[in-house]
Amino acid sequence: MRDEAVYALRLGDDALVLAQRLSEWSARAPELEEDLALTNVALDLLGQARQLLTRAGELEGEGRDEDDLAYLRGDREFLNALIVEQPNGDFARTIARQLMFSTYQLALYDRLRDSADPVISGVAEKAVKEVAYHRDHAREWTLRLGDGTEESHRRMQEGVDWMWPLAAELFEHDALAERLVAEGIAADARELRPAWEHYVGAVLEEATLERPDTSYAATGGRRGEHSEALGHLLAVMQSTHRAYPGATW
Amino acid sequence: MVATLDRLRELVAAVPDPEIPVLTIEDLGILRDVSDDAGRLTITLTPTYSGCPAIDPIRDAVAVCAADAGFEDVEVVLQLKPAWTTEWMSHDGRRKLRDYGIAPPSDRAIGCPLTQLRVACPRCGSQDTKLVTRFGATPCQAQYTCRDCREPFDHFKAH
Repeated sequence: MRDEAVYALRLGDDALVLAQRLSEWSARAPELEEDLALTNVALDLLGQARQLLTRAGELEGEGRDEDDLAYLRGDREFLNALIVEQPNGDFARTIARQLMFSTYQLALYDRLRDSADPVISGVAEKAVKEVAYHRDHAREWTLRLGDGTEESHRRMQEGVDWMWPLAAELFEHDALAERLVAEGIAADARELRPAWEHYVGAVLEEATLERPDTSYAATGGRRGEHSEALGHLLAVMQSTHRAYPGATW
Repeated sequence: MVATLDRLRELVAAVPDPEIPVLTIEDLGILRDVSDDAGRLTITLTPTYSGCPAIDPIRDAVAVCAADAGFEDVEVVLQLKPAWTTEWMSHDGRRKLRDYGIAPPSDRAIGCPLTQLRVACPRCGSQDTKLVTRFGATPCQAQYTCRDCREPFDHFKAH
């Protein structure tokens, strides 16, 4: 597959897999307003994913559309980061991931507005406002839970500790990204890290939470090497399409 | 041909938004262009939010509207750039929203949506309102409540 198609898939798979995870909160969130919030965030991500997967299919040039790519690939063909495929855990763990991922995605899309690929830059320009909203939502809950009761603080810290080692992968840079950075298509993810550390660190501090002290960094998602969680997620997401190929509604 | 294009634009401009049917796609500001390239007509729409499910029915409704009026060889395209903003919503659209019971967005979009300080109650006009939740029934709305008349209402977020 062409580099550009792989890059569009990496971006699109992050958005698609996280949208699927967040949609699991539908009718299960702690309150009705959060049902709406998390599923609205999922809807934004799904919209981004559809455009990015469509673009990946165009760039690949083998005639695959967004549905082929979403529903007919196995887990080893998905290129999302490991953090987005992890089970939701409790609400605090979900919020910890939202804080880390949306802070990263906002910085990334902000850079990609200038991408030489017209679809990637168009998606980024549109999505940057949506993701700023997602980040605000995650920040507010991190503050409320972290600086809340003893129990909410304990759970928020647990969520942050759990997700932290998975965030490092978001800033990986490899030979493929290097080639696309040179062509003006991709952003250099390593450059996003200092601002990310600064923002997330400030939110954690304000929320009276500890910044995890670990250098462990999970890796593999961008090469299709995933945790067992992805296979289960895909089994659910792809079941209807596999049982009724081409089904529409 | 100019008259024909104007006629086509006038027709499709009246297509309603399926989720907030009081607004037309022209009011929303998502009808960006109607153009003619050597007989091939193109209608350009810009989606509001990336995942807004209304854009597919809107695209279909625009195509049907053009076909029903006898226009052939019309293509409806989605354009992402420049990104849609509530600044493109017409004054008429803002008035219709308010009359419908939804507080319209402020005239000027700000960096991040919903940093708007004052949202007036669309029912009693009071400025003493409270944000209930930043997410509502559609991606473009948030829920408020009025401290004066006690009515809950939706606010179309400045975006």
